[in-house]
Amino acid sequence: MGNIHENRPLSPHLSVYRWQITNSLSILHRISGFGLTLGLMPLALWLWGAAYSPELFTCISDMAASIVGKLFLFGWSLAFYYHLANGVRHLNWDLGKGFDLSEVLASGRVVIAFALAMTVFTWVYIAQIMGWIHG
Amino acid sequence: MDNLSSLRTPIKRARGLGSAHSGTHHFWVQRVSAVALIPLSIWFMVALVGKLLGGDPYTVMSWLKNPLTALTLGALIVALFVHARLGIQTIIEDYIRCETKKIAALLFLNLFIFGLGAASLMAIARLHFFGI
Repeated sequence: MGNIHENRPLSPHLSVYRWQITNSLSILHRISGFGLTLGLMPLALWLWGAAYSPELFTCISDMAASIVGKLFLFGWSLAFYYHLANGVRHLNWDLGKGFDLSEVLASGRVVIAFALAMTVFTWVYIAQIMGWIHG
Repeated sequence: MDNLSSLRTPIKRARGLGSAHSGTHHFWVQRVSAVALIPLSIWFMVALVGKLLGGDPYTVMSWLKNPLTALTLGALIVALFVHARLGIQTIIEDYIRCETKKIAALLFLNLFIFGLGAASLMAIARLHFFGI
């Protein structure tokens, strides 16, 4: 049994491939999806706290308001906008469209621009309504 | 037709379920939930940033008083947890080679998804129907 695994031919190791926009965005889709799934926990606890436990709600709110909490929320917002935009890019591929190299590169750049712009916009908006900045 | 396909019975080919016995079900549900999540997740993001951020339990409760809001949030939770489950299942199946660890990870995933998903739906129902 061990022999079967040991003697199997290996495909080229992942590290031989050059990092470029296509494979970077592909693995980022996975990473962002995984990260967003971890965010389901605070989401569920937040709802549960609102319905059943004021202490839990306060705990979640305090964590969200802390520096570390804000960093996590920032990361989740970036992951959300990225996964959303790249998900639409994937659905478009599922329709059989946008496979030319030039289109793949262009849509990749649009996805990056959208994710960054929407994240900045969201946090500038939050900063304004929270009174962190005056404008 | 190649040699391999001749080893399959016609009924097996007609059903098209393949070796995992689930056919394209995983792929299709992943896409359907993805499409549903486009409007639902944007709607939730707008509500979260615009209304709920920094609020107390009463903010959430009064938001969920509207039946359409409660229904839409329920739909979001279902689509979100289904989509996350399928995505993480794929990651587990891709990266965990040891069968025992793989099955353990998939069981934990289901516990995580169904536990938190059910808790979220229960919380929405309570906030909508009974308040706090």
